[in-house]
Amino acid sequence: MYAIFLKEIRSFLGSLIGYIVMGVFLLLSGLFTWFIEGNNVFDLGMAGLPTLFGLAPYMLIFLVSAVTMRSLSEEKRLGTLETLTTRPVSDLGIIMGKYLAAVALIAISLIPTLFYAYSVAQLATPAGNIDYGALWGSYFGLILLSACYASIGLFASSTTDNQIVSLIISMVLSLFFFEVLSLMGDIEWLDRIGKSLEWFSLNFHYESISRGVLDTRDLLFFGSFAALFIALTKTQFESRKW
Amino acid sequence: MSIRVEKLAKRYSSQWAVDRISFDIPQGQIVGFLGPNGAGKSTTMKILTGYIPPTEGKAYMSGLDVEEQAVEVRRITGYLPEHNPLYLDMYIQEYLGFVARLNQIDSSKKAIEKAIDMTQLGKERHKKIGQLSKGYRQRVGLAQALIHDPKILILDEPTSGLDPNQVQEMRQVIKTLGQEKTVLLSTHIMQEVQAMCDRVIIIHQGQIVADGDIATLQSKQQQSFSVRLELDQACDLNKLLSIPGCQQADQVAPNTYLLRGQSADLRSRIADAAKAENWTVLEMRSETHSLEDVFRELTS
Repeated sequence: MYAIFLKEIRSFLGSLIGYIVMGVFLLLSGLFTWFIEGNNVFDLGMAGLPTLFGLAPYMLIFLVSAVTMRSLSEEKRLGTLETLTTRPVSDLGIIMGKYLAAVALIAISLIPTLFYAYSVAQLATPAGNIDYGALWGSYFGLILLSACYASIGLFASSTTDNQIVSLIISMVLSLFFFEVLSLMGDIEWLDRIGKSLEWFSLNFHYESISRGVLDTRDLLFFGSFAALFIALTKTQFESRKW
Repeated sequence: MSIRVEKLAKRYSSQWAVDRISFDIPQGQIVGFLGPNGAGKSTTMKILTGYIPPTEGKAYMSGLDVEEQAVEVRRITGYLPEHNPLYLDMYIQEYLGFVARLNQIDSSKKAIEKAIDMTQLGKERHKKIGQLSKGYRQRVGLAQALIHDPKILILDEPTSGLDPNQVQEMRQVIKTLGQEKTVLLSTHIMQEVQAMCDRVIIIHQGQIVADGDIATLQSKQQQSFSVRLELDQACDLNKLLSIPGCQQADQVAPNTYLLRGQSADLRSRIADAAKAENWTVLEMRSETHSLEDVFRELTS
């Protein structure tokens, strides 16, 4: 598993796409947080990063899908799945190695945004007077959210040998579980069913954690969500044996 | 037994790709797995390496069940799949390092050196795999298969797509490896088997049609003798058929005939007939069955 983890990290950091995807993410999040008129830090006049944490879930859908799109599909296309699975590693070991690498890469991409947090803390009066609970909660929420997106992305990647198809499946599924399910709660005629569906959306639990309150129910939800998609990936991965 | 296969079968939807085959391969033998395309060679190899499970039957590698002890089997088996899949954007050493780590080799540096040495990759070692010629890529494929010093090597068409020189070098490498390891290699080229293997298993439509060492296989098929005869002018086939012992006569080219008979002294009888009939014999040659004929006879 460690060998695969290491290879994934290296191949991502060794490829141009990796830097482009990370660059685009940082550029957009930086622009929206500081420069684009309307909702930037100075317009809001508050010592916090609501714009960043409001937008990041959507940008992460793209970032995570781009990171995971080739993880299994490329192995399928090249045929290297055959050399990989005939080595002394279990199928779950291969999947987890790739999964953990994807989560680690996204965590790395998020690190530069800590600079925004530091800047905001310096701008606050008096300096450093910001809601650290909400800040760390939001970061933690983003990591958990990415972990869920990554499991979706890996699953999408296991269904096809085409990177672009994988990217699209992953983005559509992620958007569905983050946004569409959460909007169900707003549809009046769905009433209680809508509210229940909303509970199953990633957005519902992300918002809850962003407030800075760590609720075990949210943690459990994120954990089971990722586990479910990893299990689906494993099932899909083993379909070669049927 | 190094490799033991018992009534192994694999079905793809409604078709049996491999149909209850059995064979044993002792330690240290180089065995050629011969058959036309689609005969079930690759499927058998994929089952032996644990990539796909069999529908029926059992296979053992050094006594380990390929299904139930899959991980242990993979530790002692090296596999070069058909088409030799590789990560083209990795460097040779990086790739071999990755494979060594996957096999949890303790002294991976030494193992990489040894694999590079054995496959003579030294000159190219700092290149990216994507920059290599087909022959060198094939060597990388072989290097990854033997990096963990496996007891058994499974090579699926190791020389396909190589130029004649590269084929020669590849055969040499495999022959050297075969001195201490059990090698099962598949091919559809006869000369390959003659050049490298101790034994040949011919498979056709999922079933074994012949299994034995090359000499026995050739002599077994040699039930009839044929003689190629070229004369300076056309000759009536009936006259040829009247030669004692000649059972069949065919014209294969202008003035050239192929005569078949049961016994080896057909040539002297032809010579007698030529004297009597006053034929001018330009060429007379007894034809032996090549492995190629054997193969064609068994698989057509």
